[in-house]
Amino acid sequence: MLRKTYENIDSIGRAIITIEAKDVHNKELAEVIYPNGKKAFAQVIALNGNKVTLQLFGGGFGVSTNCKVRFLGHPVQVGFSDDMLGRVYAGNGTPIDGGPELTSDMTRVAGPSINPVKRLIPKNMIRTGVPMIDVFNTLVRSQKIPIFARAGEPYNRLLANVATQTDADVIIIGGVGLKYDEYHYFKERIEEAGSKSKTIMFIHTHRDSIVEGLMVPDLALAVGERFALQGKNVFVLLSDMTQWSDYLRQVANAQDQIPANQGYPGDLYSQLASRYEKAADIEGSGSLTILGVTTMDDVTHPVPDNTGYITEGQFFMKDGYLELFGSLSRLKQQVNDKTRDDHRGIMNAMARLLSEAEERVKAQKFGSVKDDYSLRLLDYRKTFQRELMDPFRYLELEDALDLCWDILSNHFKKEEAGLASDLVEKYWPEKGKFKILKAEYA
Amino acid sequence: MENAKGKVVSVNESLVGVENTKGSVMNGEVAYIIIEGGKRLKSEVIDVKPGKLVYLQVFEDTSWMRVGDEVEFTGLPLSVKLGPGILGTVTDGLQNPLYELAKEEWFLERGMVVDSLDIETKWYFTPKVKKGDKVTGSSVLGTVPEKLFTHKIFVPFSLQGEYTVDTIADEGEYTIADTIATVKDEAGKSIELTMAFDWPVKQPMPFHQRSVPTETLPTGMRILDALFPIAYGGTACSPGPFGAGKTVLQHSIAKHSRADVVIIAACGERAGEAVEVFKDFPELIDPRTGKSLMDRTYIVGNTSSMPVAAREASVYMATAVGEYYRKQGLDVLILADSTSRWAQALRETSGRKEEIPGPEAFPMYISTLISAFYDRAGVELLPDGTKSSLSIIGTVSPAGGNFDEPVTQATLLSTGAFLGLSRELSDARKYPAIDRIDSSSKYPSLITADEVQFLKEILREGKTIASNLLLMGERGITNEAYINYQKSELLDAVFLQQNSFHPIDGVTNPDRLRMMFDMIKHIIDTPVHIDTKDDIRSHFNFLRQAFLDWNYLKLDDPKFEDQKAKIINLVKQKTHAKENV
Repeated sequence: MLRKTYENIDSIGRAIITIEAKDVHNKELAEVIYPNGKKAFAQVIALNGNKVTLQLFGGGFGVSTNCKVRFLGHPVQVGFSDDMLGRVYAGNGTPIDGGPELTSDMTRVAGPSINPVKRLIPKNMIRTGVPMIDVFNTLVRSQKIPIFARAGEPYNRLLANVATQTDADVIIIGGVGLKYDEYHYFKERIEEAGSKSKTIMFIHTHRDSIVEGLMVPDLALAVGERFALQGKNVFVLLSDMTQWSDYLRQVANAQDQIPANQGYPGDLYSQLASRYEKAADIEGSGSLTILGVTTMDDVTHPVPDNTGYITEGQFFMKDGYLELFGSLSRLKQQVNDKTRDDHRGIMNAMARLLSEAEERVKAQKFGSVKDDYSLRLLDYRKTFQRELMDPFRYLELEDALDLCWDILSNHFKKEEAGLASDLVEKYWPEKGKFKILKAEYA
Repeated sequence: MENAKGKVVSVNESLVGVENTKGSVMNGEVAYIIIEGGKRLKSEVIDVKPGKLVYLQVFEDTSWMRVGDEVEFTGLPLSVKLGPGILGTVTDGLQNPLYELAKEEWFLERGMVVDSLDIETKWYFTPKVKKGDKVTGSSVLGTVPEKLFTHKIFVPFSLQGEYTVDTIADEGEYTIADTIATVKDEAGKSIELTMAFDWPVKQPMPFHQRSVPTETLPTGMRILDALFPIAYGGTACSPGPFGAGKTVLQHSIAKHSRADVVIIAACGERAGEAVEVFKDFPELIDPRTGKSLMDRTYIVGNTSSMPVAAREASVYMATAVGEYYRKQGLDVLILADSTSRWAQALRETSGRKEEIPGPEAFPMYISTLISAFYDRAGVELLPDGTKSSLSIIGTVSPAGGNFDEPVTQATLLSTGAFLGLSRELSDARKYPAIDRIDSSSKYPSLITADEVQFLKEILREGKTIASNLLLMGERGITNEAYINYQKSELLDAVFLQQNSFHPIDGVTNPDRLRMMFDMIKHIIDTPVHIDTKDDIRSHFNFLRQAFLDWNYLKLDDPKFEDQKAKIINLVKQKTHAKENV
């Protein structure tokens, strides 16, 4: 069908144009055709009588009043097929790896959420080999969980590690606001790990328009969801959702929306939730797990704050370490009673002692820590950090648990550990005979 | 009268402007927007403007809507269907049963139509009136058994004035679609009645006679039942930052509280949490009834990725159902998680309507709506003398965990108990992480008021000494102060803290609470004579371990009394330490 082309653009903003047009659908995709024939995508975001507001995928710069707009008669779609594995796409869905474009099997983007009764209670642990995750905040299939970290922390390295070290069938990387070298890093890591053939990348870098950045999570999740419905276990990595939220703020601002907190739109929570909630373990089908990145300075900032209310916990990264306090996996209770009989007990004991040690750190500043027990707690804290908090130390869960026992026995008496007697009996190492901990630290 | 019609003139996410082309419209009535040549999107009139312009908030995704799409007004406000068959089900915020929807589509597609209540289930009806009896709205026509209860079949509450029963069904099995009675009004006009009827969700159901909450509603959580109790017919709020344990608290109350009916309104929260409830509860046996926990539970789930406009509806839906079961003579508890998401939904709509915003861009009227919502809780005295109640516990998710924001503040003004959740406590793994000092309740506790005061003083003193300890170290304070500090820590560790995931420690019944309180009071009241800080710490470590072991034993465990004796013995040893020397 020949579609009508409109020529009367009313206004042009940073990412938005308005135009007079008829018979346009809400959320319809359109093409902006430049005088030189170049084309860029735009999407309808509001209708008011004949006035149509469109969001420009390519940004408003360079759009002129003699550009034409053609409505395409379909919403935003993304291709879906096994051929996409190993490929790299931009935020507007076109390939940027030089390969052919996909036009068949188009699937809708940002569709409705799955009926909750079709969800399973998550019950399968994902082994990552990262002790702070496997032992203390176990990752569970279908979990949605971000890394909270300052910009500059090695969160992307952790993201890539976790994705490639697990048994995911499909990895989808959604890069929003990546520096070019970060994109390059992801590409290299995936290739090195031999995971390229099961990975699809949707990449938005700083040179691309923010609207394309906004699209990335939706494309990544739409494709991921389709794979999950085919029975695959899918891992979607989203980095960085703080920049994504910032783009949302810019577009809301361009539409004269009344800002809520710190200029973010009032629907920031719903916007983030509708993406993260795509994570699901689907009855009779596969699963979709989301591992995100939320860069932040302060956890009460609107983006990490809203994210924390949506996701099933967070991994808190600081000074290159994965922290125990501030990290949380809300789903760990579902799985950590089925791993090894000492898992929960030792996790709690280690955490309780570390929390006691943290109090001593505060008190130490007042010079009030002098007793032997307190000094041992402080030593324990150092060992804990060195041995367990490094996000890039690879240990099987069982080895990591043994290491915990080594550390406990190195610093404490049996009765101070506060563990059930039968576990102490079974696992407490003989004096100095460590399984994992190196003797030089004893 | 024929219903009004209109045409879409503007679309902005869930806010749709409509030109009213025919008939008159009512604020609050339900309308359907017909898109893609047949899909009917449910919506509600929220504003009527000059120039026949009507604003609708749409309960579904507005993608692919066009200017010019047809709108049909219904003339009826947003309603809930009330009748037997609600308990044990899971619906979305508009009372669409989720299991029924899942039979048609895996995803929550728009415009799907299913019956709110099952119209095929047969209920065994026993009539309570006979031909010629005079009845009015809320008179009982008969009863059917529903799960654990006898469900009264009412004359719809909306019928006012006197009616005469013309026909009444015989005892037997009927569906909610069958006519079970016809009544005649004073003018002789006949009305057919079924076992179910509609009620507008935003309209509070009038109390027959209202009373005040005076009786503790036991929750099985010691810190609540002893220090910050909730009451039958009372209201409470639990604000807290993420990760402080709001959800675990709500689930624990849903499982263990001594209410007849529990309604969970999952409003704008994670779908996974609702899933845990409706997949786990059917397997859990309620020890008080011997039946599945799901039998007393109704779940309204408008989770965070479902359409935002339906969040408001979900809260009111839950409340209207709660009021209905209160009319049945039952004690109902609503857990609303989270009222902040509802407030945010109002903020989104208000912003799109370009209303002048109040603090943090919330609409000015937010506090009024919150107060009116909590006011629907209360104790009711029914015509037959039964006392029934509706209690509401709402969670609040304040931005940044800062309680000084409009929703938390409005909620604090409207509720009788304040359970403030603290990140500091949850980081220290002291669950439930309810602030021991700042929380409050105006309801009666399971222990006496003097005893509550006693506990609070110990906790306050412990907090003061703890800050001295931090500054000056163990050597900087007297042994006496150190002992008092250890006592307060012990009280916290063995009485206020509770392991929700433990089958025995997870729930404490009122008798056991009394026994535990007496024990902890005995320990605190008994003077301790120990000379060094190390020995004091070690003494209380042993006491703590013994007490925790006791907490993990069943009442009828043969070891229970032994363990109790062990604690008493431990206490005794150090009382006489001086004399022994």
